[in-house]
Amino acid sequence: MNAPLGYLGDQPLHRLVPAEPIVRLEKISKVFAGRDGSPVTALSEIDLVVPQGSVLGIIGRSGAGKSTLIRLVNGLEKPSSGRVIVDGADVSALPERALRHARRSIGMIFQHFNLLSSRTAAENVALPLEVAGYDKAAIKARVEELLALVGLADKRNRYPSELSGGQKQRVGIARALATNPKVLLSDEATSALDPETTRSILDLLARINAELGLTIILITHEMAVIRSIARDVAVIEGGRIVEQGDVFDVFTRPRHEVTRSFLADETGRALPPYVANRLQPDATPGSQAVIRIGFRGPHATDPVLARLARDLGIEANILAGSVDEIAGRPCGTLVVGVPEQSLATTLDFLKQHGLDTEVLGHVA
Amino acid sequence: MSPEMIRLIASATGETLYMVAVSAGIATLLGMPLGIFLATSGKGELFAAPWVNRVLGVVVNATRSTPFIILVVAIIPFTRLIAGTSIGTNAAIVPLTIAAIPFIARLIEGAIREVDQGLIEAARAFGASPLQIVFKVLVPEALPGIVLGLTLAVVSLLGFSAMVGAVGGGGLGDLGIRYGYQRFMPEMMLAVVVVLIVLVQAVQSVGDRLARRLNKRVRQA
Repeated sequence: MNAPLGYLGDQPLHRLVPAEPIVRLEKISKVFAGRDGSPVTALSEIDLVVPQGSVLGIIGRSGAGKSTLIRLVNGLEKPSSGRVIVDGADVSALPERALRHARRSIGMIFQHFNLLSSRTAAENVALPLEVAGYDKAAIKARVEELLALVGLADKRNRYPSELSGGQKQRVGIARALATNPKVLLSDEATSALDPETTRSILDLLARINAELGLTIILITHEMAVIRSIARDVAVIEGGRIVEQGDVFDVFTRPRHEVTRSFLADETGRALPPYVANRLQPDATPGSQAVIRIGFRGPHATDPVLARLARDLGIEANILAGSVDEIAGRPCGTLVVGVPEQSLATTLDFLKQHGLDTEVLGHVA
Repeated sequence: MSPEMIRLIASATGETLYMVAVSAGIATLLGMPLGIFLATSGKGELFAAPWVNRVLGVVVNATRSTPFIILVVAIIPFTRLIAGTSIGTNAAIVPLTIAAIPFIARLIEGAIREVDQGLIEAARAFGASPLQIVFKVLVPEALPGIVLGLTLAVVSLLGFSAMVGAVGGGGLGDLGIRYGYQRFMPEMMLAVVVVLIVLVQAVQSVGDRLARRLNKRVRQA
């Protein structure tokens, strides 16, 4: 990554100080017995390293294997082969009792919250503490602390049926944090929530990550979730990780088809219908070439089209575009049309300015 | 209605309540763990023991498919072993209990299976042991369903108890048959039926109310 030094300022420390990762998956494969008895491969050859204090987003379509993958981390699923190291211990090889103990340092939240309907918010949060054998006074103090942390102190005596979806997930988060875990697993935690509530839950998770230094691994099928909270992303498809790396890099320079299809829904990347419908693979007399320009980091705000016109006399038509922020860094996409005869010159010019280009087609 | 009749109905009601209460109590104590085990011992479940589960299932079904009156006479030797006699109210409690155990076990199994699997997963994820999952998650969450099941079991036992007159068990059913039918006293028959209706209504409404109070799944007014 060639980001100038100034950009290191907002990077978490773990990127500068190499340390033993908190979660490490080594050559994981998982094979299930299918309905007819034939083996079904859910995961194959997964290698994944999650540094302490980081936020890793795992994105994939339903059935891609992400649910299985996240459940390997707390031993709810056992790998068919490979090792799952969490905080130095091989979770996949621990005996049941030791595994239960290890799970106290791995919290988990769920899409459907999975709260006990028979317990109030406070009692739900208390449950992992009761299970771990804390005494009553310690539980009471810890529960108050947790409910305050998630902003639900005034709802302590409400039953889940009396809470909104966002409030239920806050209870879920408080419960997951009860035993002071080092890792928090999020299984589509915002998929059942509306966009605004999703926003507030993600903000809460980001705050927990920053304030408590908790490592977060989340699975989702929504790019928006990854973009707003994750630093690292792994794209999973057909049981394999097809692309992984820094969110900013993956978002701005997607290499795999699946990643691109996830990004297609992102604002500014999708072509407006009036362009998409007229797009042809080949140039025709009088047509314009359509180029997608990706602006990254410091180049995102460069007046590059103005320079193109001034220095080369090429006038580009803006067809679509946006400037946004991913993982705290600016980036943008612009779809422009240029005269066919200027295409090569334009591409050269853009590359010289450090911009990513992609020729999408031609419009008459 | 003569004072004599009222005295007979009162003592028969007492016998019925005694038989039903004792047999329901014992059958709950034994049927509850059986039901919990049936609900959690299938393949891939908390106490996975698919074969034991299957065998117990067959035994439960066999007991439930035996007509009650046949069960009463078929287990007379066992009744004598337990109660010391095969006739009377105490002896009648034995077949009533035997019949109620598998019934209650199935009702409790059903109530427990209704609990969202996601809760078991969540509990496993925070480190709960299988026993903790049963007593801190499954039973509390299934409690409204369990209460409704036990209510149904008590109502059924009231019906079954009418048949134990065959072994001198006494109670309302026995009174109705002997006085109402064999002695041609239709008013006695009617009185017995009315008392049974009142009992069933009372049991059902108490059970319903309790289940509703325990159910936090729906917003309470």
